[in-house]
This record gives sequence, C-alpha cells and structure tokens, in this order.
Amino acid sequence: MKVKAQISMVLNLDKCIGCHTCSVTCKQTWTNRPGAEYMWFNNVETRPGVGYPKKWEDESHYKGGWKLNRKGKLELRAGNKLNKVALAKIFYNPDMPNLDDYYEPWTYDYQTLFGKESKHQPVARAKSQITGEYMDLTNGPNWDDDLAGSDRSFGEDPNMQNIESDIKGNFERTFMMYLPRLCEHCLNAACVASCPSGAMYKRDEDGIVLVDQERCRGWRFCMTGCPYKKVYFNWNTNKAEKCTFCYPRIEEGLPTVCSETCVGRIRYIGVILYDADRVAEACEEPDDTKLYEAQLGLFLDPNDPEVVEQALADGVDMETIRCAQKSPIYKMAVEQKIAFPLHPEYRTMPMVWYVPPLSPIMNYFEGKNSIKYPEMIFPAINEMRIPVEYLANLLSGGNTEVIKNALYKLAMMRLYMRARTSGKEFDAEKLDRVGLTEDSATSLYRLLAIAKYEDRFVIPQSKKEKVAPVAEDQGGLGFEQCNGCALAPVHGSMLRKAKAGESTKDIYAESFYGGIWRD
Amino acid sequence: MDNVWGYILWVIFPYVALGSFFFGTIIRLSLYGGNITAKSSELLEKKQLMIGSILFHIGIIFVFFGHVVGIFIPKSFTDFLGIPNEVYHMGALFMGGMAGFMALAGMIILSYRRFTNKRVFMTSSFSDLVVNVSFLIVIVLGLSASLIEGTVFHPEFNYRLNLSVWARQLFYFRPNYHLMLQVPIVFRIHVICGLLIFAFFPYTRLVHALTLPWQYIFRRPIVYRKKGLRGRSK
Repeated sequence: MKVKAQISMVLNLDKCIGCHTCSVTCKQTWTNRPGAEYMWFNNVETRPGVGYPKKWEDESHYKGGWKLNRKGKLELRAGNKLNKVALAKIFYNPDMPNLDDYYEPWTYDYQTLFGKESKHQPVARAKSQITGEYMDLTNGPNWDDDLAGSDRSFGEDPNMQNIESDIKGNFERTFMMYLPRLCEHCLNAACVASCPSGAMYKRDEDGIVLVDQERCRGWRFCMTGCPYKKVYFNWNTNKAEKCTFCYPRIEEGLPTVCSETCVGRIRYIGVILYDADRVAEACEEPDDTKLYEAQLGLFLDPNDPEVVEQALADGVDMETIRCAQKSPIYKMAVEQKIAFPLHPEYRTMPMVWYVPPLSPIMNYFEGKNSIKYPEMIFPAINEMRIPVEYLANLLSGGNTEVIKNALYKLAMMRLYMRARTSGKEFDAEKLDRVGLTEDSATSLYRLLAIAKYEDRFVIPQSKKEKVAPVAEDQGGLGFEQCNGCALAPVHGSMLRKAKAGESTKDIYAESFYGGIWRD
Repeated sequence: MDNVWGYILWVIFPYVALGSFFFGTIIRLSLYGGNITAKSSELLEKKQLMIGSILFHIGIIFVFFGHVVGIFIPKSFTDFLGIPNEVYHMGALFMGGMAGFMALAGMIILSYRRFTNKRVFMTSSFSDLVVNVSFLIVIVLGLSASLIEGTVFHPEFNYRLNLSVWARQLFYFRPNYHLMLQVPIVFRIHVICGLLIFAFFPYTRLVHALTLPWQYIFRRPIVYRKKGLRGRSK
C-alpha cells in the first residue's frame, strides 16, 4: 500500500443552474491572454449537446484516454510510444482537434460605435482575434447553450447512442441538464502519460496535474491523450495549458475560483487518500460498468488507524490527513455513494465527481400524499425525465443500478426533510431501505442543501514556504505573456490625470461613455 | 583576387557559420532551454500540414544522412569495399534525388500553407518565413546541382575528390580552399546557402531538430513531482 493524497472536487448537478459564473471568473483569472482566448479551463455544457470542443466524447474520433489492448493491459488509445514514431505522428498528430472544433476567437469592432454621427445605426462587427479579419460567426463557446433537445444536440451527443430511439425522437419527453466541466486531475492521467517532454506532471502532495511551461515543447500529444479535451494549445506561445485547479489558492487553503464564485454553491473540494499501488490494477478492470466501483475501491478510509500510519510513513502530512477525515468528497463519494466520476470508461480515474441531477422529477412525487407513500419514488425514478441510462452513460460507464441507488437516496432524503420541516409523520424504516438513517439523512441534507462554506471546502494548507522559494513566485501565474491585471495601465492614465489636477467627475466623464468603458 | 575571395568564402565564412551554430546552440540549450519548440501550427490548419510536414520531414532526414555519408565516407573506403564509382553515384543520385524531391514537395506545400493560410501567416514570426524560404532555395539548389549541373554540364565532376575532402578538412581545421575553386558554381552556392542555414539554425524554430525526448521511452507513464523540486531549469 502506498498512500497518496488527492485534492478533488464534487459538483452537485442537482443545483447547477447553468449561469456560467464559474466559466467567466475562471477565464478572467487564467485565460484572458492572446493565444488563450479559446481556452475554457472551466466550461458549462448543456446536455444533451455536442459539448466543447465539438463531440469531445466521441473517442473513436479524438482517440483520447486509455483502452485495454489484446493482452488486457492498459494502453493509450492514441497509440503507444513505438506507434508514435513508426507512424510519423511526431511530425503530424492525426488525432489532435483543430481550432474549428473549438472556435476561432473573436472580438468586436467597437471603434465604429464611437465614430461620427451617421445616418444608420452603427454595428460592431465580429473580428477574428487571430487574423484581424471580419468573421461570419458560425460557432462559438456554448453555441448550443440551453438548446438541448434539438435534433442537432440529440443526434450529436455520443451519450445518446445507446438510448432507445423513442426517447431520442420524442420531443415531448425532451430533457436538459447542465454539466460544468474542468480538468479531472485524474489518478491515471492520460495527458501526463502522453507527454514526450515530461512537462506534464502530477504534484506529489495533492495530485494536481500541471503543465511545466518551461519544459513543454509543444508536442501536442497531451491534447489527444486527454479524453476530456481539457488540455489546450496556446497558438501564441506554442505551449500546452490547462486548468491548474487554482493551485496558488489551494496552497493557501482557499477553494478554486470556480468553486468560490459558484452562486449555486454546487461545488465541494476536499482531500481523498488513495492507494497509488493499486491504480494500474483498477484501471485494467475489463468491464466498463465496473470501473466506477474499481475506482471507489482505491479510496482509503482516513479514519482507519492503519491507513493514517501508512500515510504518515509515505510522507502525507498530518494536516492533510485531518482534512481527509473531514472531507466532503469522501462523504459523498465513498460513504454515501451519491457522487460519480465523469466517464470512468476512459480509464483515467478522474477526480472531479458529480452528484446526478434529480430536478424535473420531483414535481411528480412531491405532490399530494407523497410523504405518506414514499416508496413511490422507486417507480418514479425509472420514469424520470432525464433517462437514468443517459446519466449512467455520463457518470458510471453505463451502470444504471448505482445511479438509481443514488437518486433513490437523494429523493428519500428530500421526502424525509420535507416531512420533518412540515411536521408530518415519516416512517424511518423507509430511510433504511435506501441506506440512510435519520442522522445520516440530516447530515447529508446539511451538506447538500445548506452547503455551508466550511462544509463545502476542507482544504489543507500546503506549507510550501518550508521547501520552496515562494517569494520568487509571488505575483506569477506561470504562463508566458500574462500581464496579470491588464487594466493597470488604463488606471495608470487615470491616475496621471488625477495628479494633473483633473477632477474625478471629469475623469469619469472622459473614461466612461454611457456606461461603457472607453480607453 | 580569387585567392582572397576563396579564403573568405571557404575558410573564414564556414567557421563563422559553424561558430554561430555552436554558439547559438549552447546559449539556447543552456539559457533558454524552456523555449525549444517547433512552434506547431497544427491547431490552426491541419490538412495541408499533414501531407507537407510528413513529406518534408522524412525527406529531409534522408537528405541529411545522405550528406553525412557523402561527406564523411571517403572515396578510398568505398574503393576498398570494391564499389565502383558509377554504381556509387547512380545510387547516390537515385536515393538522394528521391529524398530531395520528397523534401522539396513537402516544403512547397508547407510554404504555400504558411504564406496563404491567413491564420498561419498572421501567427508566423519573421524568422518562420525566412526558414521556409531558405529551405526552398537550398533544396532547389541542391537538386539542380546534383541532377542537372553535375550530370549535364560537368559530368567529369566528382564531389568526393574535392568538395567532400574540403568539408572533412574543416573538422580538423586545415581547410584547403583551392579544392573548392574546382567545384561548379551551383554546388558552391548550395554550400554557402547550406552553411547560412546552419548559421541561423539555433536562433529559429529549426532548433527543435536538436532535441529528442529520449527519456519518454524509459520513464514510467505517470510523472510525479514533489514540491520544492520543480523544474527551475531556466
């Protein structure tokens, strides 16, 4: 047994309203630079839908993740080392997505809005941020936002392939959910294994996957290797970039920007201890539907004295262990089994997990008499608007049983709390049937519904200052051509005006025009 | 006057060019190890790149090894093995020509792509454009020297008796520039252009050819790094 600690996240999809606050705050923090415009370290997809980049889940096209070879051993789907040389893939990567699979970044020709008075209403036209030419927009980030259920999104969502055709075509039964996505910081990261330069690595202490910008030589195999298509290529610096799990914040014990700013409070961050020695073995589980359980089997009980002893021996510090013991992730994923990995069948052992959504069904059985007959949830879940098969294709490699059990549990917890707050009788034995007790149902309710900041985020501080020259890194983001706060020079000009004696009112009038920033 | 120019072109210039190559390489690898990259533009354009890049790279690798053989294997060695001069030259012309035309076709496609594809052109630096044009020139010169000038105009010319000897002499610092004065003109221009490419090689994207990720073959798939031990190899 080799104990390692992994920072991981759970997203409660039941509460995601698809507001994109996470994506926007992430972008403002990390990817508002030339070359990085098209990168969305975090994005929110409407499901069913094509996703970002287009049809990223179609691994027969993008060749991401791992597969088992004929001997049952793990192998990168894009080909092993020999194959990369033999097939001249080092000169041209056939499986890499093209910019058009994402979109060509653009800005608007805002200047025309401020010109002389003209006869016609001026229009700001879209202009490519790469070529500077005017563009006719045909694709962009979230092009299919909120359009789930259209023929295009139904037809092009790879997760819809195994679902009965009557659900697909039946417009009255159309459904929709949101799926916020970020780098999964996998235990068996295919991007790391793909990188010829050794520039991609997992941090030993918290498992965050990073790209060393000083070693990346732009081979681009990581882009292919990552089945979630969460490694991007900066066309300006010619290097790969990816979600950093906001490591400068995590090191300080703070949640990531996407989690901090999530208005629905759907995100949870915590530590999980796992057995690094058994990862390869778990990834080689031949049955796709059992991969979720195989991954679950890697997680160690942080309260087991033997595990704690081994963890200390393997260099995990005490604060991390204490955080692992209070980890909301352990509670949701391991104890209650209501959280699931995204596409475990890619065999990367992803560490951003999801609580499946329940929403549209609740009207069905939150009505009259529902508390009296709580067992109604069992047939109801099967007729849920979002087909369980769809959720299973997303979250458990097609294993519908585990998804149903989680949904039963979530529904039963709601009924129980509903009965309690409205002073109704509730037969506690009903809770037993889904594996809950009155205590655990209450604590689960607190974690999911109340979702206090300190319950959602249990993050150890890294004590990095003891081993690394942190003062050197201050203010750095690790990416080239990152100007940090890009508005500083603009503010500078305002400061100069103020020093020259202009009144604040005049400066304001000069710099803002009808509420629009003008520089 | 011939002597002065001969001395400048075939003694001083080669050492300046090679000196620039080694100086640049050492500086780039030691001080700027972080920015050794081929500056891929595959994200911006894929289809032309596929044909162009594969053709060019495979062609140029064969061309490179062809030059190494032509320069470093002296005539006396092949004579010793009993390979007749005609057979050697036919073989060299055939294989070298094949590889040369592969590289040329690839470079034409790549250059067309670089200059006409708006996305690729706009993200190219000046040196990227120079690299493409200079490769086009040097490959065309090389092909026309060996396939036209060498066979049609100077059938008696055997580069292994003078050009190669001079090139080998460069490596033990006693180049005899008189040897180069016997070489036909297109060959000579080809040599100058080739040396120029070596001169700016390490300062451009071409530097990517100097490194291969050997450690990838032997390392384990998942890399872990401990804090404090981050690669600070600036």
